[in-house]
Amino acid sequence: MSGYTVDPRIRWTEYLPWVLALAAFFLLPEYLALGARILIFVLFALSLDLILGYGGIITLGHSAFFGLGAYTAGILSAKLGVNDNFVQLAAAAGAAALLGALTGAVILRTKALTLLMLTLAITAILLEVANKMSSITGGADGLSGVVVNPILGSFRFDLFGKTAFLYCLAVLALSWFLVRRIIYSPYGAMLTGIRDNTARMHAIGAPVYLRLVLIYTLSAMLAGIAGALLTQVNQFVGLNVLGFEVSGELLVMLILGGVGRLYGAFVGPVVYLVAQDYLAKQFPEYWYFGIGVILILVVMFAPSGILGLIDRIKTKRRPA
Amino acid sequence: MSPILETQKLCKSFGALAVAQNIDFRLHAGDRRALIGPNGAGKTSFVNMLMGALAPSSGRIFLGGEDVTRVRQAQRVKRGLGRTFQINALFNRLPVLDNVALGIAERRDAARRMWRPASSHKEVIQEAAELLSTLGLAEDALVPVKDLPYGKQRLVEIGIALGLQPKVLLLDEPAAGVPSYESEKILSSLERLPPDIAILIIEHDMDLVFRFARRITVLVQGEVLVEGTPEEVRRDRRVHEVYLGEAHHA
Amino acid sequence: MILYVIAVGLSVTMGLMGFINLAHGVFAMAGGFILSYAMARYGAPFPLALALAFALVALASVVLERLLYSRLYAAGELAQVLFTIGLIFASIALARLVYGTNTAPVFLPGYLTGQVHVLGRDFPTYRVFLILFSSLMIAVLWFSVERTRWGAMVRAAVDHRGMAQSVGINTRRLFTLTFALGSGLAGLGGALGADILPVHWGYPLEHLVYFLIVVAVGGLGSLRGPFVAALLIGIADTACKYWIPEFGAFLVYAATIALLLWRPQGLFGLRA
Repeated sequence: MSGYTVDPRIRWTEYLPWVLALAAFFLLPEYLALGARILIFVLFALSLDLILGYGGIITLGHSAFFGLGAYTAGILSAKLGVNDNFVQLAAAAGAAALLGALTGAVILRTKALTLLMLTLAITAILLEVANKMSSITGGADGLSGVVVNPILGSFRFDLFGKTAFLYCLAVLALSWFLVRRIIYSPYGAMLTGIRDNTARMHAIGAPVYLRLVLIYTLSAMLAGIAGALLTQVNQFVGLNVLGFEVSGELLVMLILGGVGRLYGAFVGPVVYLVAQDYLAKQFPEYWYFGIGVILILVVMFAPSGILGLIDRIKTKRRPA
Repeated sequence: MSPILETQKLCKSFGALAVAQNIDFRLHAGDRRALIGPNGAGKTSFVNMLMGALAPSSGRIFLGGEDVTRVRQAQRVKRGLGRTFQINALFNRLPVLDNVALGIAERRDAARRMWRPASSHKEVIQEAAELLSTLGLAEDALVPVKDLPYGKQRLVEIGIALGLQPKVLLLDEPAAGVPSYESEKILSSLERLPPDIAILIIEHDMDLVFRFARRITVLVQGEVLVEGTPEEVRRDRRVHEVYLGEAHHA
Repeated sequence: MILYVIAVGLSVTMGLMGFINLAHGVFAMAGGFILSYAMARYGAPFPLALALAFALVALASVVLERLLYSRLYAAGELAQVLFTIGLIFASIALARLVYGTNTAPVFLPGYLTGQVHVLGRDFPTYRVFLILFSSLMIAVLWFSVERTRWGAMVRAAVDHRGMAQSVGINTRRLFTLTFALGSGLAGLGGALGADILPVHWGYPLEHLVYFLIVVAVGGLGSLRGPFVAALLIGIADTACKYWIPEFGAFLVYAATIALLLWRPQGLFGLRA
């Protein structure tokens, strides 16, 4: 979907996710908490797709930004009494972007295995910090007492999760718009060039390193916003936001949906979280086993995820 | 006239293996130079060093009169140095137009723009389309490069370099691997290159070399053996000795 | 030193075969479980249990390699990373189902417990044993890889599989054997270290970062590298925990980052 030859206008199918989201709002009021969670993870997955699907950077440490955003929002409220949701979001975005820029500048000098390992190390460091500085972060017990003032002064977070859902939807919509613009821009085309043949990008004079650091920073910022949303919606933040499981699960969600396709980040989390909500309650011990097996199967037989499968079916149907 | 590309005492060794020994090389604007030599002579290493993809062990490189020995590849490209690769280094999954447009966008400083869609940057697309026309690739503009026959891919390879409007163009075996009925297209594209740019071409195909080059540099085991006009080189005894026993195919 | 034994297997598979196997810790965990089970349930003597850990894990890895891993050799880094994560998830879930949340109990034989007097100081016998064992292993491995045909063949096959095949090297069998060796070593490491690094269901994830650090710092494809790296990390870790207990783990991470910035290919890495 990037490039100089593609039509950037919004296709009618691109309205579907929003229509479905609003339909869910009206038709499935009991599931709005799950819905908000899904929306948050769609944003998180979008942020990962920017660097993974478009930049070609394989990372297992994206939860570092998610967690930092989550804790920033939480600490602002619970410890510093700052309860305005926009300030919390902005602070989380800023903190995550800063971490993204600093770590990106460091790790993007390396490749593949070393890069992967560094992303893990950075997340491990953050987890240690959060664990140790329990006076600020609540340590292993987590940080509760997070308060969010009514949004725009009038919309309180209600018990049914209605405000939370619409709030997350709005933030997601804005972010989606931003990401879509980047993907269709010359910058997005340039990223696909990096992903396709990095050596050639150097040879045409592209400052690859700087461009990647920039997109890494943007991606970190979005992940941080997603983390802040989670804290605001749950009014709580715990150590698990910085765990490997979060990074791993996010990767599964994105692969499931389809990497590098913008909407894979929508499909994946929906499928995963709905399945998890239903199945993990029924068979908790088998959930991770199932996820592991599915991941293996997807990698071996459907590496382009669900959207990739749909594409394949479409091309088979089309007359030769 | 001062040379546009110059090396002074350029040396490179990989451990005990010396691939470049005190190479003094000078190229002027408008030159049509061929670099020939037996396999393993160090031709590709030389080009890699010129481009900045390989660091020399010692010696200096000058581009447009400026010392670029320590300058990174991307920077040298910005200063007017372009190359093609011996083995295609294309953006395989992207369409032909994008392959060429990426370089053009870099040159025009449009590549870092994040807001307006790529397809609205008409100047880039226009220039890319014109470039494809001159190479005879206009109908293939939307085709993913990996679906093209090899000869056309080779043309795209040249196209990417041309999109950068280099002052110096290094062509690494442009006709390599191309079946003979397609190499004519490549040859005519080479002949139609702008007369003011300096071109260095590495080739094994002697017909192409003698047809295209106005001067030839012969590299053997990392050293310049002979440099001169095609006639001088053809008659030189040392060149004959080096190539004796080597079946150089037409 | 445990890190070394386990990590060297990883350096073998990743460095020699170019395959990013994050699930390496799974093989180590399996080795630990096998040792514990063999000794506790069947009363097997320690050396036999070690050998079993090596052999059974190597065997199991052959099955996995044939069925799954070999399909992904050319699939690219992302696919390999994802596949091995899937393997980790599935394995830890399986381990949890079978063993619950307990750690595998290990009873060291009498002759390896206690302390030994070396150079005027007392050291735990087991640690000395580990150091000796690791050193012996590195010697054997280095010899096999550098000096034998097998090592040369593996390196040739990794550099250019088609070429190696056309000179008659059976690359499939070669890769399977190498993978089995690397995984067997992991199993051995897990078993050897079961006393020091407790084996439980979360093992592969808990130590993943450390395995990767040892390999990345040591340098991919090198055998000495992980040895030196594991040594350095072990010393640094102990020293830091002694002097600045609150920041124990940090300094290892920070030092790793610093070192990799200075030398991205690791201490003894082959490629930049």
